[in-house]
Amino acid sequence: MSRDHTILTPKVLEKISHLREHFPVEALTIPLLHAIQDEHGYVSREAISESAAHLGLPLAKVLKVATFYTIFNQEPKGKLHLQVCTNIACWLNGANDLVAHLEQRLGIKAGETTTDGKFSLSRVECLAACGTAPAMQVNDTYVENLSKAKLDDLIDKWSKSECCGICDGDGDGGGEEEKA
Amino acid sequence: MKKVFTEAAANSKDYQALTEVLTHKTPEAVITEVKKSNLRGRGGAGFPTGVKWSFMPNNEVAPVKYLVCNADEGEPGTFKDRFIINQMPHKLIEGMIISGYAIGAKVGYIYIRGEFRKEAEFLQTAINKAYSDGWLGKNILGKNFTFDLFLYRGAGAYICGEETALLNSLEGKRGEPRLKPPYPAQVGAFSKPSCVNNVETLANIPWIMLHGGEAFAKLGTEKSGGTRLYSMSGHLQHPGIYEFSPTLTLREAIQEAGGVRGGKKLKAVIPGGASAPMLRADEIDVCIDFDSLASVGSMAGSGGIIVMDETTCIVEAALVLLKFYAHESCGQCSQCREGSPWLSRIFQRIENGQGKLADLELIEDLCKNMAMQTICAFSDAVTGPALSSIHKFKEEFIQHIESGACPLKNHQAKRV
Repeated sequence: MSRDHTILTPKVLEKISHLREHFPVEALTIPLLHAIQDEHGYVSREAISESAAHLGLPLAKVLKVATFYTIFNQEPKGKLHLQVCTNIACWLNGANDLVAHLEQRLGIKAGETTTDGKFSLSRVECLAACGTAPAMQVNDTYVENLSKAKLDDLIDKWSKSECCGICDGDGDGGGEEEKA
Repeated sequence: MKKVFTEAAANSKDYQALTEVLTHKTPEAVITEVKKSNLRGRGGAGFPTGVKWSFMPNNEVAPVKYLVCNADEGEPGTFKDRFIINQMPHKLIEGMIISGYAIGAKVGYIYIRGEFRKEAEFLQTAINKAYSDGWLGKNILGKNFTFDLFLYRGAGAYICGEETALLNSLEGKRGEPRLKPPYPAQVGAFSKPSCVNNVETLANIPWIMLHGGEAFAKLGTEKSGGTRLYSMSGHLQHPGIYEFSPTLTLREAIQEAGGVRGGKKLKAVIPGGASAPMLRADEIDVCIDFDSLASVGSMAGSGGIIVMDETTCIVEAALVLLKFYAHESCGQCSQCREGSPWLSRIFQRIENGQGKLADLELIEDLCKNMAMQTICAFSDAVTGPALSSIHKFKEEFIQHIESGACPLKNHQAKRV
């Protein structure tokens, strides 16, 4: 049995099926990598090889794309990936203090994952949420108007619950109501 | 004052302008009206939209052409396109259909930044609705006009806001800007002539069609028509999206947003997104249009106004931006790939109190070698915060260097 079935599952391939008739095959690279990350949480070297084989593209082409874009995680991340913006508007509103606070609360440095695999913490560049700074993105969901107290509440909530409370379908990052 | 966006959503029915255009206007008439409107690109470059459209080859020479919407919104301090997508997605879709009709494109792409996951889902739902209501697809309104619209998600790269990098990314490649010429109007997406316009630019089109180019032109300055959406952020009492006439001054815009919060004094303003050179507090009696801001050595750019109060360390503010550029340089050109992190290291050592006075000359020299030397304007943009900070706040740099420490380290405005 081909290993295609463990990474490029029917569910993954289904996500790009609507694009096939409208886009040349090379243009499917980014949508396919998105679909892989949605399903598996990251884009492994093996996933890159299999994507290249599936699309009939040279490995180098897919590898250089996968490693260019920051959204594609090259290694597994925690269930909740806290991506705190530290660019100018968030920095002016105390984002560095928030990162330090999260590092202390979670016992990890930015760029690391907790040993239980629940939280990853990253510093990211501008999320286009400057009017509601400081902001972060947790997996796909924006959480805005952050404060230490708000972060503490969220971490408490997330630590207790089995479910991350923010994953597919729920979208309750606690900041949705404040969307611009 | 009339407003395009904050009133448009409530006052005009979606697809009313499209109906008007398809019933009464030729593509040439649409382009003429947009030229009359003095609409200029809202992504940051401020290029006249009607002129950009007229660069597109005609249907005989080029039967297949594309319209591409730049929804990569990545310029730090800018969040207006996200506002349009969330508040009035159909204005964007309608604007794209009309624009496609004008330039003879039967296919449009919206390239949306990867982080905008919810926005992409929301926009896709709106596109699906437009299809099911007959505004997209074959023979729209029974006319001989077909327009299909596809959404394409980016994956986290600031440089993809540059139009040719965006086109490469849309083709499934690394987002590396292309050498020009050929320009996208000759060789664009998938090697076909393409026109790339920003979200806000396109979302203005329905209003222009309903009210006329002259009415739109009157809302702005002599050379730049229409109101604009300004993203106001930083140390403001009421940050957010504001629709202003560009005849307003920067001081008035800041007052509209409640002024500097907490009774603090204003220190500096970045008037047009991260790449725009900073202005001092005594330089804000200038209008917020493209030409006025250019005349004082800055730029209106993407309309992102970032306000910094007296507690802000300018060395560190510039450092934050330079680290960003160092992270986002695509790496094609050595001036930018090497220069951006180098500048960032120099600013870091000055901030740490380990800088030398000679570093200020080194910054000037480096910037001279970075500007106007590369494939795209990224490298020029890097020099914006670097040079404006050392020129306008020189004493603060010297203070860092001579005292061996950041004088403002423990005085930064605390909010959290």
